[in-house]
Amino acid sequence: MLSVSNLSVTFSQYEKGLRRKQLTVITDLDLEVQAGEVVAVVGASGSGKSLLAHAILGILPENAAVGGTMLFHGQPLTPERCQQLRGKAIALVPQSVGYLDPLMRVGQQVQRVAQLNGLSKPAARTAVKQTFQRYDLPPQADRCYPFQVSGGMARRVLVSTAVVSQADLVIADEPTPGLHPDVVTETLNHLRELAQEGRGVILITHDIGAALLVADRVAVFYAGTTAEIASAQDFASGNLRHPYTQALWRSLPQNDFVPVPGTQPSPEALPVGCLFSDRCPWVTEACLPERPALRAVRRGLVRCIHADR
Amino acid sequence: MLTGEGLWFRYAPQLPWVIQAQTLAVEPGEVVGLMAPSGFGKTTLAKLLAGYLAPTKGRVSVDSQPLPRRRYCPVQLVFQNPELAVNPRWRIDQILREGHPPQMHQLDALGIHSGWLTRYPHELSGGELQRIAIARTLNSQTRYLIADEMTAMLDANTQALIWQAVLDYTRAHQIGVLVVSHDWPLVRRLCDRILDLAADQDHCTLVSGVAE
Amino acid sequence: MTTLAPPQIRAPKKQSNRRQQTLWTIGLCAFFLAAVIFSTWVIGDAGLNPVLTQRNQSPSLAHPFGTDWLGRDMLTRSLHGMSLSLRVGLLAATASAAIAALLGLAAGTLGGWVDAVICWIIDVCFSLPHLVLLILIAFAVGGGTRGVIIAVALTHWPSLARVVRAEVLQVNSSDYVQLSHRLGRSPAWVARHHMVPHVVPQLLVGLILLFPHAILHEAALSFIGIGISPHLPAIGIILAESMRHLSTGYWWLGVMPGLLLLLSVKAFDWLGENLRALLDPRTSQG
Repeated sequence: MLSVSNLSVTFSQYEKGLRRKQLTVITDLDLEVQAGEVVAVVGASGSGKSLLAHAILGILPENAAVGGTMLFHGQPLTPERCQQLRGKAIALVPQSVGYLDPLMRVGQQVQRVAQLNGLSKPAARTAVKQTFQRYDLPPQADRCYPFQVSGGMARRVLVSTAVVSQADLVIADEPTPGLHPDVVTETLNHLRELAQEGRGVILITHDIGAALLVADRVAVFYAGTTAEIASAQDFASGNLRHPYTQALWRSLPQNDFVPVPGTQPSPEALPVGCLFSDRCPWVTEACLPERPALRAVRRGLVRCIHADR
Repeated sequence: MLTGEGLWFRYAPQLPWVIQAQTLAVEPGEVVGLMAPSGFGKTTLAKLLAGYLAPTKGRVSVDSQPLPRRRYCPVQLVFQNPELAVNPRWRIDQILREGHPPQMHQLDALGIHSGWLTRYPHELSGGELQRIAIARTLNSQTRYLIADEMTAMLDANTQALIWQAVLDYTRAHQIGVLVVSHDWPLVRRLCDRILDLAADQDHCTLVSGVAE
Repeated sequence: MTTLAPPQIRAPKKQSNRRQQTLWTIGLCAFFLAAVIFSTWVIGDAGLNPVLTQRNQSPSLAHPFGTDWLGRDMLTRSLHGMSLSLRVGLLAATASAAIAALLGLAAGTLGGWVDAVICWIIDVCFSLPHLVLLILIAFAVGGGTRGVIIAVALTHWPSLARVVRAEVLQVNSSDYVQLSHRLGRSPAWVARHHMVPHVVPQLLVGLILLFPHAILHEAALSFIGIGISPHLPAIGIILAESMRHLSTGYWWLGVMPGLLLLLSVKAFDWLGENLRALLDPRTSQG
């Protein structure tokens, strides 16, 4: 349904005075989403997760230039098409209740989304009612203002906006940080249900544990590239291909809690070769001259020349 | 020892209590976990212990001395969102020097590049900024560190890296740490002792298998 | 998919160096305004004397703004008027900004009843019609140049004071200021290092955006005759005089000085907007 290949995002920024520099924040990002599946995008902050979402929704700032291809239902996503599809065929489940209009009742806001998607007013009303029922929102929640609903209820309202939009593709941007584990599970299950209805879901998160609870496939981003795309079972079964993914898995507190030292390279000083080479335990001479291409290894995709071992 | 005795707190006399009759203590060099469901006032309790709020009833003390109002507070709090804990118009080195300037090898241990020092906060990622916020508190004047969901916004690798550096430092300098978090595996991994506010009394569960 | 060259999703926008543009705008506006203010010293008073042989001439190379019914050069008169107006506006706006800074800082930092009283004064000032208040104050202190300056200074601070107060409150309640106290910094240190860097740019931009109001209101007061005394060539007085001649076809008497006023006011506006964009580390990257 959605296919992103070789995506790059470059910002032009000012240094001291009038000199301008080009900062390529995303280089060679690839991602594929099918109908009916949840694809988790995980990575450290600054790895380009959110920028991917912004690029798909066409809401990057003015000074950004985008390269590569993004196909949605086989058609390229142009800025005009992004604008047309945003909130209709492609919906966003935002991070927090702060994204709702504080002065408008939540029922009305969800209803407006339904109406913008071409439902008549009475049809939109029924859709809202059904959706709220489905997510166990009490009937009076409809008439609440955003500040009156609890954290868990707010999540359900935000998911409701994606449900009534009839969107084919739902992008959830960090929907779970700092939440109680019960609310996290609940929110993730709602996303799972959306996929079961035949939509594609992109779950953007830094929390690999949460991602593995619901995702079919996990795309691991590192320094603006796709390091690996693995199926969710590969994690527990030890079938991981990229050393960074393995490091992420090992560093979970429920596993070894052993991190790889160092930090993600900054966009200003990317190594010429493999982006992970300066922290990698497997690094050899062959890693340094050029960036490895994304290739298939054991029914997954990986950007590492040593992944076969 | 950092102690909070019989702490009660509410924002105004007509408002309900946020904290009711909480008592807890952290020994030097000890890592204590604090867990509770949402709405139990964990953040408020952290703010009381670090002197951001004054308890309505009860008292907070370090070695039987009340927290200083004007001088450097020996109990330092690290917030969940580093973006809000730094002045957006300051450069990083200025932010680091606001307390007692940290030593160079501390910055290295936390993985802070010297290139970051001349930038503005919005030019760093959340993980990088959180390292700055932590480095600011790790100096000889800090006796206790309260980490309020300090790594909830970070990926697993960065989380493990940061905790490793922080625990190395606090063990070496006998600093007591209070870990406030929802993340049960993390708390179990880090802490010598776990307090559960949801339980009726503050029963102390001793957990084995602490990370080295 | 084949190996066709991938179509650009969004071509890198052809944009010129925006910071350069911003600096140029600031430079040009500042130069223009300075030129208007200091022009009177260069061109002198010669054009102000009546030359009855050259009455009512329409704009030409010798007299770009034309001449009036006494044969006085309108360019000289307009520049003198604009220069006077700018100086009066500068003084009044600066005084107004000082009041705004003082009250805004007091309301934001002291809080409690001080805040309540200052907010009440701001609300009262807002509820009265601006021009009426101006006229009343100018009249009460006896009119003239002094009256205009006092009236403008006393009526233009409320909106800026409100901005300063909001900024101070926001910075004061932020985590990083709370943290600064816990790091052992004194309130004075916090004010100097956290508050000032936030408030000064607001104040500077606010001050510049006050000028156009101050100048327009100064012109308005002079226009209705209770401002600057009629024998001085203030822009408001020139405009008022021209009203009598507009219907007789001497359009340049009103249009040319009016354009100069418009351009000066707009120059301040551009100056303020561009300065604001430059001073914020976030937008200065755009």
